[in-house]
Amino acid sequence: MPFVIASGSLNGPATYLSWGWVGISLTNLIVMLVTVLVFVLAVLLPFPHDGDDE
Amino acid sequence: MSARRTSSDVAALPWAGPVRRYDIVKEFVIALVVMAVLSVGLAVAFGSPDEEALTFKGWGTTAADNFYAVTVGELAGTTESAGYGPPYQDGDGLAVGPLRPQKWMGVRLPVDAADDFVITPLKSQAQTSEVTAALAAWQAATPDQRTTWATALDDAVQATADADGALHPDQVASGDYGPVPALAQGLTEMAASGSLDGAMLSQGAFYGSADYTKAILFMGDGSYLDDAATAQNLQGNTWGMMNGTNSYPGQPWLWWASLWYQIPTFNPAEGATTTTSLQDNADAWIFYIIGVIGLVIIFFPFIPGLRSIPRWIPVHRLIWRTYYRVHGNDHLV
Amino acid sequence: MATTEKMGTPVDPPQPPDDVDGRMWTNRLRTSFFGTYPPEKLLPDRQPAYVASWIYVFGVATIAGFIMLVVSGLVLSFEGPTWYHTSSTGHFVNSVHFWSVQLFMLSMVVHLWGKFWMAAWRGRRAMTWVTGALAFFSSIGTAFTGFLVQSNFESQWIAFEAKDGLNAVGVGPWFNVANAGQMLLLHVCLLPVVVGVIVVWHVLLVRKHGVVPPIPLEHDPADQPVATPQARS
Repeated sequence: MPFVIASGSLNGPATYLSWGWVGISLTNLIVMLVTVLVFVLAVLLPFPHDGDDE
Repeated sequence: MSARRTSSDVAALPWAGPVRRYDIVKEFVIALVVMAVLSVGLAVAFGSPDEEALTFKGWGTTAADNFYAVTVGELAGTTESAGYGPPYQDGDGLAVGPLRPQKWMGVRLPVDAADDFVITPLKSQAQTSEVTAALAAWQAATPDQRTTWATALDDAVQATADADGALHPDQVASGDYGPVPALAQGLTEMAASGSLDGAMLSQGAFYGSADYTKAILFMGDGSYLDDAATAQNLQGNTWGMMNGTNSYPGQPWLWWASLWYQIPTFNPAEGATTTTSLQDNADAWIFYIIGVIGLVIIFFPFIPGLRSIPRWIPVHRLIWRTYYRVHGNDHLV
Repeated sequence: MATTEKMGTPVDPPQPPDDVDGRMWTNRLRTSFFGTYPPEKLLPDRQPAYVASWIYVFGVATIAGFIMLVVSGLVLSFEGPTWYHTSSTGHFVNSVHFWSVQLFMLSMVVHLWGKFWMAAWRGRRAMTWVTGALAFFSSIGTAFTGFLVQSNFESQWIAFEAKDGLNAVGVGPWFNVANAGQMLLLHVCLLPVVVGVIVVWHVLLVRKHGVVPPIPLEHDPADQPVATPQARS
């Protein structure tokens, strides 16, 4: 059963960012920022009203 | 007339205000489809991490000097796992003030490094006559004699350290080491041949119990596992608890636990010659801290002050802005 | 029989009949459960008007993520713990399982943040918060055992490191991270059941108490001070 498998584009060495004793991999940072972004968007984006308020 | 209701009393009442249609089953199905599409999409795009497990064979071939030196250390009882303390051997373990659960739990997973990591595996398969004779000499010797031989060789091996800290067992000064060199050499060759991996797990049985305690302890005593972890940024004091291998995301949700291993209170500075009690017992302190944080989060509604934070920082004004605009405080007070 | 006639008819908030039937354990349980949870409360088709924000979808998104984990995990369990190292299909299923974890935890964290800023424990909903927090930590524990049973380098290192903290607090022998057999059984059997039970309890509490109403504004937008309580309509 063939599946399209990525060669594993995240298999290279990680990029690390550091400020003092705070260090984080780029991927972890992206996951954290995406989480924050999703939260902010969830709060700010309008939710569909189909006019069915009673 | 009863006392004025608090808004929390009002919040406990069944909702008597305006309602809207809300199709929760449809919402659930959509959520499931979205999650399926996202997880399959990410899987196709990025795959997943799968760094192959290290083996004793790898250690015995690519870092044979280190393997030899650690084996000598196991026989001498100078390695970390030989003198770890509970649950593997007697000892005090870590403590935070009067709390010594590591000591109280006792020796429940007994490990004798010399026997479990060296002697038993060597005896589990046919050996050269030299190793067989060395095993016999070891068995016949008293515990004190064994310690004397092994410690002497351990000291001599450690004395061969070069500027980088690498050890050179082939440059060991001559001395009375008894059967220890032959035992260590025999185990190194057994590791390089690949048969130590199976022997460490099965411990002579057909069905191993899938309990890798001894194998992990032994492997962790050397530089092979440690160097591989350092290369992947997985050491505790480089946020390792939070990291994954290669460029994959790890466990970012553990930042609040990983954090404590970074601060100097618990993390000795590079090259420090002495350590504080807090640093020595860091694992205990940090796990208690993690436990307290967990309890605070679980029992948050009961903690005055903390539970008022959402009132002081009114993110809720954004969340419920439409209701406030249309209905104000109707049905809320 | 009176009870047979009643089957199939809608259940009013019931008073248990004061007879032998009413004292049966079956009747008591049915009365108690369906009294608190009539069908229209288990699967409501209305929500309060204030349930109108995307933040409200992250609870169900988390559950959807959990289902993806269970489904992909069942495939992995069917083929055994080392299958995925050597099979390309296995690698794909493992990848789905891996990214489901990230999506599941992301959804749960966003859901947690939303509930925090809503102070969703108000109005006798403390247990809803408590069960949610327990679900969070038991999910982390389940994920932890998952990392330990990958049978690869990461499993080795995590076992080697984690043992120190667990030994330090006296838990190590009973939760032996180096015992891959124990960790596998916990990850595949016990812990998903624990998480599932806690989540069911959590959702039942949400159904029972309803979605928490908004925090009252300190000043009504019409600029009238918050005065007498609203009469109940």
